[in-house]
Amino acid sequence: MAQRTTEIIVGLFVLAGMGAMMFLALQVSGLSLAAAGSTYTVYADFTDTGGLGPRGRVSMAGVQVGSIESIELDRDTFKARVTLSIDSDVNNIPADSAAMIRTSGLLGEQYIDISIGGDLESLQPGDNFYTTQSAMNIERLISNFASGR
Amino acid sequence: MMDAIARLGKNTLDFLASFGRASQFLLGVLVGVPKPSVGLPLLLKQIYSVGVLSLVIVVVSGLFIGMVLGLQGYTILSDFGSESAIGQMIALTLVRELGPVVTALLFAGRAGSALTAEIGLMKATEQLSSMEMMGVDPLRRVIAPRLWAGFLSMPILAVVFSMVGILGGMLVGVEWLGVFEGSFWGNMQASVDFRDDVLNGVIKSVVFGFVCAWIAVYQGYDCVPTSAGISSATTKTVVYSSLAVLGLDFILTAVMFGNF
Repeated sequence: MAQRTTEIIVGLFVLAGMGAMMFLALQVSGLSLAAAGSTYTVYADFTDTGGLGPRGRVSMAGVQVGSIESIELDRDTFKARVTLSIDSDVNNIPADSAAMIRTSGLLGEQYIDISIGGDLESLQPGDNFYTTQSAMNIERLISNFASGR
Repeated sequence: MMDAIARLGKNTLDFLASFGRASQFLLGVLVGVPKPSVGLPLLLKQIYSVGVLSLVIVVVSGLFIGMVLGLQGYTILSDFGSESAIGQMIALTLVRELGPVVTALLFAGRAGSALTAEIGLMKATEQLSSMEMMGVDPLRRVIAPRLWAGFLSMPILAVVFSMVGILGGMLVGVEWLGVFEGSFWGNMQASVDFRDDVLNGVIKSVVFGFVCAWIAVYQGYDCVPTSAGISSATTKTVVYSSLAVLGLDFILTAVMFGNF
């Protein structure tokens, strides 16, 4: 086969590989070409984070507005300190909003839902959520129910 | 009894010697990269015969494996009423595991055996030694382009395999069994991470490509130059590559996806 034909076919082969890689990146893993928008950080303390994990979803009214950056144990209060990064577009979350851990579906992933408060002031970067609601723990629920508390 | 022990010792020493020769050989090939003006056309020709010609079998197997995954996943997941998770199941299985591994197995059978037979026949017909007589280093001229071609083609083939498999799974899941397309892609995008899943899969396929190509060219170069020798070298290529791929896959998976 002529050298030129080989070159063209191999070029197509490499392009096919790149195309497949783009497909895996954009369509399968949902990476977006636009640079990750700027975010700001707020904190929430929970007594029990359940199965919450980093990269988890943070949503308001079911719409994703940010993601969970990290979860650490606060060694003084023995609470879990969750760092949330929120899209900078959403900069008017009322300061008395509550962060609660919810489960999508019965067995789905856990995520943080921000339920809107009524305060006129909004959360600033670095602020803490005043009210939080921890993960629902079915075992604890049943044992509380059984012991009548 | 003594014979058996003696044979065990001999086999161990033989294995070690062959491993040592293989490493020496690899070093020679990697160091002796030919000049671009000479080497590039050779490399392109080998990428064509090793990579491009393997594309058909990779695409067809990928399509069918994706379709089978879709079908199997649907029957299992619909028991739990969560058939919309089929997208993430197919994508994670293919990108993390089946894509690199099955491609490597196919590659060993389709391209590795051909490489071994070709180089083995060159050795048997003394083409390699006549090259040496002419002052051309066969490691550079013959072996290096083939090794690099296998090394470079493998990730491309694996990525294509994963893509075709996911499309095949979509064909069965969405078009045939009626899973909602939005939740198919949505669940997939929510659970597949580019760096953790896709890139780790590509790293796997790079490692497998390297190992498969190395085994194939070494077995050809080291074979006994007879027809029986070539056939046993070809068999060894497929067997060793498959075992190496599966063994390495376990180690890589434990390192990449095991949480400890």
